[in-house]
Amino acid sequence: MEKQPLALKLLTILSAVGLALVTALVFFYAPLETVMGYVQKVFYFHVATAWVGMLGFVVAAVAGIVYLVKHDLKWDKVELAAVEISLVFFLIAIVLGSIWARPSWGTWWTWDPRLTTAAILEMIYIAYLLLRQGIEDPDRRARFGAVYTLVGGVSVPVTFLSIRLVRTIHPAVIGTASAASQGGFDMTPPMLTTFLLSLLVFTLIFATLLWHRIRLGRLQDMVEQLKMKILE
Amino acid sequence: MDRQPTSGNFMKAVFAITWKDLAAELRSRELLSAMLVFALLVILIFNFALELDVKTRANVTSGVLWVAFTFAGTLGLNRSMAIEKDRGCLDGLLLAPVDRSAIYFGKVLSNLAFMLIVEAIVLPVYSVLYNTNLFDPGLIAVILLGSIGYVAVGTLLASMAVQTRTRDVLLPILLFPVVIPVIIAAVKASGGFLQGAEIADILPWLNILIVYDVIFIAISFMVFDHVVEE
Repeated sequence: MEKQPLALKLLTILSAVGLALVTALVFFYAPLETVMGYVQKVFYFHVATAWVGMLGFVVAAVAGIVYLVKHDLKWDKVELAAVEISLVFFLIAIVLGSIWARPSWGTWWTWDPRLTTAAILEMIYIAYLLLRQGIEDPDRRARFGAVYTLVGGVSVPVTFLSIRLVRTIHPAVIGTASAASQGGFDMTPPMLTTFLLSLLVFTLIFATLLWHRIRLGRLQDMVEQLKMKILE
Repeated sequence: MDRQPTSGNFMKAVFAITWKDLAAELRSRELLSAMLVFALLVILIFNFALELDVKTRANVTSGVLWVAFTFAGTLGLNRSMAIEKDRGCLDGLLLAPVDRSAIYFGKVLSNLAFMLIVEAIVLPVYSVLYNTNLFDPGLIAVILLGSIGYVAVGTLLASMAVQTRTRDVLLPILLFPVVIPVIIAAVKASGGFLQGAEIADILPWLNILIVYDVIFIAISFMVFDHVVEE
């Protein structure tokens, strides 16, 4: 079995250290927000994990299109890895968001555009995994997966915009806030630093996990081929 | 050899496929009867699931109708593609010297026809059962636009689902999350027309329906090749 490349090992260590650093910053460096107190600190991780989810979503959609054009199975592995990572990180983001929402809005969940779209996106990911599970032939699995990421990928922005015709109460920390938004706040410089660093670290974590998962996919393929050789 | 213009060939192929499905259905009527009975049963269940008194009815009619159409539609899509696969018709079609997208459009048109027939029967039945006048041209336009979007994506996804191990079960799982903009816009627009809202309020929803239809017909027919190739 091929060994982990040095770059990957370094990336993993860097990600772990980065995560520890950001956690320390969040709890000891970033100031306490006046209105919400400690609950606000969830925001640093919530936005970062949602950001990773978005990255995964975009990578999956692009990988799908590239696979349909080039028919190189490597892109199928990238797509699957990106979907799995995005699924998990969006789930984390949703849970963290609920933790924040309960004290701030008085409810664990609300059917506002962003949350509803997140829920729908999770369903699309699960549907994608179920679709792949039902197909034996790797080429067909890759083709169908790519088609579904394309269809799902295009439908999600359309869904988001459709639901947004209704007013949202989700705070818009970056960009214009609607009059009905509750819980938005301005960021002081230490907060901004922590926030940006957390985004950076989580992007690094995404890249590390993606690489690991693609490598795992490749190893899985090798195992399958060895199995077939032995069975012959 | 006869040289016909390719566009003529294409349209002929599309209508040949549509006509094949309609003719087969005319003889057996298995698809339409299943879809129709299912849609009516859904409405019946809603009678017990929701308190459909006169006031609630006004708000809820469009939702109930679209739930019935969505589920009956799934039935139709599944059967329509399963017939192709099981009887080897799809292989025959693929061997024919026509553009693959002709197969896609042919199936979309026949699936759309079935869905519209079911809707055309459900509307008067619902009107009678709940003493609501559903004969609004706006409502009919919304049902048409919504059905087009639903069937455009549904045909593509049904073609995929029918080739997996889990088959019928997989189609709703694949289809429903992706078709949500149609449901949202169709329910809002239908509700708007039924409650006599201003056309300016309904217009955004109609726009969404039209945009969705255009985008997804385009995407579906472009990738259909990848879904049926061997």
